Amino acid sequence: MKYLFDSLTANWNLSPWMTTLALVLWVVVITAGVLVFMATFAGFTSWVERRIAGRMQSRIGPNRVGPFGGLQWLADGLKCFLKEDVIPKATDPVLFRLAPYLVFPGGFAAFAALPFGYGIAASNIDIGIFYITAITSLVVIGILMAGWSSNNKWSLIGGVRSAAQIISYEIPGGLAILTVVVLAGTLNMHELVVAQGGWPWHWFIFRNPFTFVAFFIFFASILAEGNRTPFDLPEAESELVAGYLTEYTGMRFLFFLFTEWANVWVISALLTTLFLGGWQIPGITDLGATIAAATSLGKWFWVLLSVAMFFIKTSALVFLVIQIRWTLPRLRVDQLMIMCWKYLVPMGFVTLLGSAIFLVLPREGAWAWFHLSVQGIMTLIGFAIVAGLIGRAWYNIHALKDRISLENWL
Amino acid sequence: MLKQYFKNIKNASTSIFEGLAVTLSYMVRKPITIQYPDRIEKPLPEMLPPTFRGILEVDTGICTVCMACMKRCPLDTIYIESERDPETRKNYLTRFDIDVARCMVCGLCTEVCPTGAIRHSTEFDAVTSDVINLVMRYVQPGDKIPAYKVSKEEEPPGVPQNEPYCRLKKQWDAPAPLQPDEVRGAVRWKKQTSKQEGR
Repeated sequence: MKYLFDSLTANWNLSPWMTTLALVLWVVVITAGVLVFMATFAGFTSWVERRIAGRMQSRIGPNRVGPFGGLQWLADGLKCFLKEDVIPKATDPVLFRLAPYLVFPGGFAAFAALPFGYGIAASNIDIGIFYITAITSLVVIGILMAGWSSNNKWSLIGGVRSAAQIISYEIPGGLAILTVVVLAGTLNMHELVVAQGGWPWHWFIFRNPFTFVAFFIFFASILAEGNRTPFDLPEAESELVAGYLTEYTGMRFLFFLFTEWANVWVISALLTTLFLGGWQIPGITDLGATIAAATSLGKWFWVLLSVAMFFIKTSALVFLVIQIRWTLPRLRVDQLMIMCWKYLVPMGFVTLLGSAIFLVLPREGAWAWFHLSVQGIMTLIGFAIVAGLIGRAWYNIHALKDRISLENWL
Repeated sequence: MLKQYFKNIKNASTSIFEGLAVTLSYMVRKPITIQYPDRIEKPLPEMLPPTFRGILEVDTGICTVCMACMKRCPLDTIYIESERDPETRKNYLTRFDIDVARCMVCGLCTEVCPTGAIRHSTEFDAVTSDVINLVMRYVQPGDKIPAYKVSKEEEPPGVPQNEPYCRLKKQWDAPAPLQPDEVRGAVRWKKQTSKQEGR
């Protein structure tokens, strides 16, 4: 958000070192803002997930603290603050204490490059998506460190599993990212969104059949990288107690979970940005030009609308991530590796090649109609899947002679 | 081999689809949770089946003062006193105490009762600030209730159905607890009789 800083300080006539000081202050303010967003999102989602999970299991979930239980996450956080910080005798004390603070920045730093709206990104770096894939791998070091230093077999197995899983799944994930990067011709997150459009058939997911498959490959691999169910082998509670965080208590424990919840947002935001058109507003072909032409109040309106679009899409994906967690059972380690190396990696190569072929096809004359019809068909298929899911759920309810009831939903 | 490969992909995607449809359908259906104790449609004693063994309650109107329940009780939970009017030769019930804190809800007293005057209610959450409040006094001190006589013609009235049981609760919140020596009367009585009978 350097451009906002520049426009703010343009008329102030600051001396060079004052500008530097102001820039440092600006960075601190932006960082604090992102941190506050991440913290509230992580906490709030923990409550939302528990409520959704409850309903999916015919329960209700936490609904006592605050309105509809909405302050449950604050109560849980306070509880963790008040817990004793136990560091077992046989641990490696330095690594044990350091591990949570290495895991945390891995989740937090990814927020720096996420475009929340038109021009609303902490920093618009040219290698945005590459930076995010690199920085989220930092989590592995922290998790492995936690697993090793706990001096506990469960922790060690959890840590090593996590390392194996994240490193393996980075390959299909990277290939799926490449398919859209090839289409957009850039690694910049902002320009990746600009290369898409407002309406669903402009999105990269419906651009051609190969990106459609790449979306699911990327979804699966980024779930695995974020250690979300069905890939939560590192902390499989039925086998490893809690995996790498078995020995942790209080705030150190919370830091791991905190990163995990924040990762849900990163997962959904990445999927939205790369495949679902990011902050693009339907009906607006060139948002940048629209904003440039608008009045100062109109500028804010368009920017906020783009932020709203991004939040709607990302929230829908957050819900899907949560629903998948409460639907699918955990994979075995060998199944995990089979899925990665036998299915996702070959399919990733195929999607990359196919997408590249679509890129070199001519776009003039009759070919334009071909591309448009492919996009239209893929959009129809995508919406048919969503409609089929809802229809199937409707059938499931009525086949049991039950009815839709939103009682106690809030 | 290759056929199996694509079949696996198809199976995975269709089963994930079906699974998501199932969880989605459960999400908009009614949860089965009963939010005891504060968010239920009606009091829990009314939702329990009538065969539930709760706290003992006594219908003094049909008590014959036979004292079978007091003798049968293995824990000396029940204490009954009666009085005979010397002129009319009629029996009166003057005291009927049940110490809920001692009761183990075995139900032997309800089995021996000839009229069904003593029976289990569906109440169970007896929480008080003082354990003495758990002594249920079904005859208030000073009251005299004539003993019920089983006539040969009519049937005994039996257990009334569908009666709200919440009246028991009033006593637990009573402001003045009983005196400890009043309560222990039941225990003393049992000891005396055991000596007399030479057990």
